[in-house]
Parts: sequence; structure tokens; C-alpha cells
Amino acid sequence: MALSMRVPSYQVHRNPQRCIDCQVCVRQCTYGVHAWDEDFQAVVADDAKCVNCHRCVVFCPTGALAVTPAPHTFVPNANWRSDDLREVYLQAETGGTLLVGMGNDRPYKIFWDHLLLNASQVTNPSIDPLREPVEVKTLLGRKPDALHLSGGGLQEPLPPELELEVPIMFSAMSFGSVSLNTQKSLARAAVEEGTYWNCGEGGLHPDVLPYAHRAIVQVASGRFGVSVDYLNAGAAVEIKIGQGAKPGIGGHLPGEKVGDEVSRTRMIPLGSDAISPAPHHDIYSIEDLRQLINSLKEATQHRKPVGVKIAAVHNVAAIASGSVRAGADFLVIDGFRGGTGAAPLRIRDNVGIPIELALAAVDSRLREEGIRNHASLVVSGGIRNSADVIKAIALGADAVNIATAALIALGCHMCQMCYRGRCTWGIATTDAALTKRVNPDIGARRAANLLRAWKHEIKEMLGGMGINAIESLRGNRLALRGIGLSERELRILGVSAAGE
Amino acid sequence: MSSKRVVWNEEACIGCRLCQVHCVTAHSRFPGDVLKAFKLDPQRPVPRLVVEETGPLSFALSCRQCEEPECVKSCLTGALGIDRQTGTVKVEEARCIGCWTCVVACPYGAIRAGAGDHPVASKCDLCGETRSVPACVEFCPNEALRVEERGV
Repeated sequence: MALSMRVPSYQVHRNPQRCIDCQVCVRQCTYGVHAWDEDFQAVVADDAKCVNCHRCVVFCPTGALAVTPAPHTFVPNANWRSDDLREVYLQAETGGTLLVGMGNDRPYKIFWDHLLLNASQVTNPSIDPLREPVEVKTLLGRKPDALHLSGGGLQEPLPPELELEVPIMFSAMSFGSVSLNTQKSLARAAVEEGTYWNCGEGGLHPDVLPYAHRAIVQVASGRFGVSVDYLNAGAAVEIKIGQGAKPGIGGHLPGEKVGDEVSRTRMIPLGSDAISPAPHHDIYSIEDLRQLINSLKEATQHRKPVGVKIAAVHNVAAIASGSVRAGADFLVIDGFRGGTGAAPLRIRDNVGIPIELALAAVDSRLREEGIRNHASLVVSGGIRNSADVIKAIALGADAVNIATAALIALGCHMCQMCYRGRCTWGIATTDAALTKRVNPDIGARRAANLLRAWKHEIKEMLGGMGINAIESLRGNRLALRGIGLSERELRILGVSAAGE
Repeated sequence: MSSKRVVWNEEACIGCRLCQVHCVTAHSRFPGDVLKAFKLDPQRPVPRLVVEETGPLSFALSCRQCEEPECVKSCLTGALGIDRQTGTVKVEEARCIGCWTCVVACPYGAIRAGAGDHPVASKCDLCGETRSVPACVEFCPNEALRVEERGV
């Protein structure tokens, strides 16, 4: 075999004064980095296999381990970065498309970090959320154009809605792309905190049925796991058209991940590749989308909101407008920093637009057309903290979806190796031994803690602005100022510059 | 009288064996310091629990604190007995002669031959003398171990 021309990306440092040869690292590493060497009578490491997932570092009982970038450098070159070289070496060896997990990691502008929030001073009082109630409850779904009263009540019942105690939901992650314990953790946290989780395009496993009343069930291009019971088990139905990490690309769950449980839940043969086509083969126009939305509403007796999830692409405002006119009760827009279990690297890093711009464009367009009340807007793809949440809401979102942040809460260290199915943290795997690494009791507690922590912070920021209900901030771009943005970016975002 | 024992959840045990590391530490000359326990204690004890592992299944087995313990019945010198206060099975180390009859008698394989100059039977003592919660339970990274209390 010819010599590989690749060099290790990371170096594992083992402090011999602290290593006690307990071999916990050997048992925790799923990539075969650490091994016990009989001849040396010591634990040794193969740096070339290290993916910098930190599992060994966190588990080492004596703090003997550290992982750093490998000390060797390529000749500095502003045009050919080290990643560019590494990718060429790999492709020259394999002839394959480069795969990657998680979201776009390129240094594109993060608009959240160029938006500043307002606060009350002198002329309007701020609110202390520890002393006064601050409401963050959020209702998602179609809002009627007008309410007609008769006999002390509403003439017509309100369209079905989702009730969120906090304007944050968990994004779609299918059983298969993530472990069942991961899904259980998020499902339980969603139930506990009064929000929703999303089962993705993987069907509902019997173990998560107790949490289905807080689930959004997805209908995607592969239609895996879809049955009338499935549609009616969830709180809402989401038609997945696209995903921020890979707009225009379908899904591919490799056969080795399709074990007994996945095969049963997805209703596909054991060991077969689960391929979600790039397009829905019955949707080639807004009219087709309308037909599917209506079919799903019929199948659920018009008792559940039906939404549409699209990736943020160049023409997102027009597509969003069309989807709302097609009858979507809520729209999920996933920006180009959204995560994934596996995507072609070039697609992930080069396709789509930032969620901040997409959100502002869609909200403005729907308002201009007078149809903003016809659907709720949910945004995702790069929501890192509660400040991003509140900025998204001020820009016009009704709620946000988080997935990367939720997985980090469960232990993910963003090594981006999800597609290999060997996740050391037990998240992006269906391996029976690795799945146990997420204890759903701990996972649910940590995910719920994250939601609660963000909720506290959101209330604090709202209070500071003198706002006692998140409804008053929704689409209120006066609460935002831009910093370090061009005239054109400010115009698209619909915000004034700091100082104006 | 009630008695306690450590029980496991094999759905959560990931076979990392940190329980063993912390068991050894808790029974060493340096109960609070893993590094010193492993680097400086010349009489470093053996772990008092065993991690059983087959395929994806693993669990940390320690003394079941039986109500009618085979080890106590088998002990030649009366070194093993049930503590009247706590209900746990205890080794009186001064009386143990290291014959390992108990090791053979225990149906669970939960007693091991100890290490050091005067090796005695080594079994789970629930960290009774040094800690309020057994070290294995406190340090299990995945909460796979807990203390179960039984009425007797």
C-alpha cells in the first residue's frame, strides 16, 4: 500500500507523572487512539486517529491527558489553508466526496454578534423578573385575520396551536441519526419544560410514545415511519423540504446504522440504506405543497398544525410566502449554520444563507403581503445562547429551534465526526454499547437545565428592556441596533445602526 | 434493622471502570486523591468491585450483602460476619488468615484476594468508615450505581 501523505491533525499529550495506567481512556476511545502496550507496559496513543472529541480528557481521573493541534505546520499560506491541503490528500487517497457532521464551521459573518439589545433608562422603567412576572409563553400556529364574537364567545374555534412555555424547541433529529437515548433525553426535557421536540424523519420508536404529545412529527422526502397513527400521535406535523446544513440534498442513513430497532421504527428492511431523496417526488410546485399540507390536515382531522421546514436559500422570502399561502400553519427556516449528522462538506460550507438575514427578509415579506398572521415563524441554524434567541424574536421569529446547543448539553464536543457512527459521547450512534453513554435521566436533566437557564436569561433581558411579555418584543426591531454592519446589511435586517 | 448495598443499572453502565479507580483510592492511604493513591501507596489495595462485560452489556458487581452469606458460613476463623448495627457483611482484618475459602464460597465472585504484605479478603464495605456515599456511587460518571436500602 502506498504511503498516506496525510499528517495527524491533533496530538495527544499524556503526562506520565499523572497517568496511573487505569486504561479508562483506552475503553472510552472509539477511534482506537489509546491502547495498552504490553511491551512498554504503558498506555500509548496513535495521534493520527484522534478526532479531538475530548472523551478521554474528560474521563481521565487524574487529568493526565490533553489534546492540542499537532505541532507541525504547513508553510503558512493565506490562499492554501492547512484544511485545503488535508482535504486534497484525503480525496487523492479515496476518490470520494468529503463528508462531515454538525454545522458550517467557516468564518462567515455572524450577524447575531453585530446586533445589540436595548435597555430602559429613566424614561421607562425596567422590570425585575424576580419581583414581577415576565411572560414568555408562546403560541404557534395560524392566527385568524379577525375574531368574531357571539354569545360571549368566539363564533369559530381558533385554529390548532402549539403552546410553548419557553420560545425554544428542539430541532428535528431522527432516531438513527442520533441514539434513542438522545431522543429520549430531549423528549423528556421538552415534556418537563412545556415545549416540543421533533422526531425527525425516522418514525416514532415505541419508547418515545409517552412523550409523543410533545412531539412534532416529520414527513420528509423518504416518508420513513409515516402512518396515520404516527401523524396523529404527535402534536403537530412538519413537512421537511430542506435542511440548513445541506439545502438541496437528501439524507442517507447508511445500512450499518439500520439495526433492528431503526429498521422497525422506519419501516424499512434490516441493514438497508435509508435514502431520503433530495426532492419530495410529489412536490414540484407550491400547488403540490398545498396538496400535501391539505392531505396531512385531513389525515389529522384539522386538529394539528401542519408546518413546513425549509432551508434558508437565496430566494427564501418568496418561498416562505408561497409556503404560507399553501396553508402552512408554521414555517421553520433553517440557516446555513444548522447542524447535521452527515453532509457533503462542500454543500455544508458553501450553500445557503445566514438565518439572521433570512429571518428578517421573510418576516418583512410576510408583513408586506399582510399574511404574517397566517403562520408562525420558527428559526434555527446557529442559535448558541439566549441572547441569540431574544435577537431572533426581536427580528421577527415566534420561536427558535435548537439542536447543536441541545447536543452540547448532552456532552457533544463538536468534533464533527457524527457521520462515522462511532460517537464517543453516545449521541450520533446506534451502537448498543455506545448508546448507553447517554443516560436519559442525566440527559433529560441537562437539556431541561439548559432550557430553564435560557428562560431565566430571556426574562432578565426582557425585564431590562422594560418589556413584561415576549409578545411585545416579537418583530420589534426597534429593540435592536446594528454595529459593524454596512448600510445594505442594516437595510436587509431592518434595524438602525448603534447611535441612531 | 435495615441494610444497604450497591446496585447497578446495566442500561447505564458504560464499562469505563472508573468505579474501580475510585474504590482503590477510597481504600488506599490517600482516600481523597487518585494520583497519590496510585503513585505513592506501596500497599495499594485491589478494587472491591468487578466489572463484568460481555458485548454491549456491562455492570459493576460488588458484595450483595446477603442476609445469609455463604462467605460468613465458610470463614474458618470467624473473621467474616454481619455487622449488627449496619447489617453489612464485614471482614475483621486482624482475624483473616488469607485462606481464600470465602473467595471460593461467594456465589457472586464478589470477594477478591487482597494485596499488600498481609493480604486479607477484600470486599465492599460500602466505604462505611470513610465516606457517607460509597466512592463508586459518587464517582460513577453515568449514574449507573446507587445505594439500595433494604428492610431486614
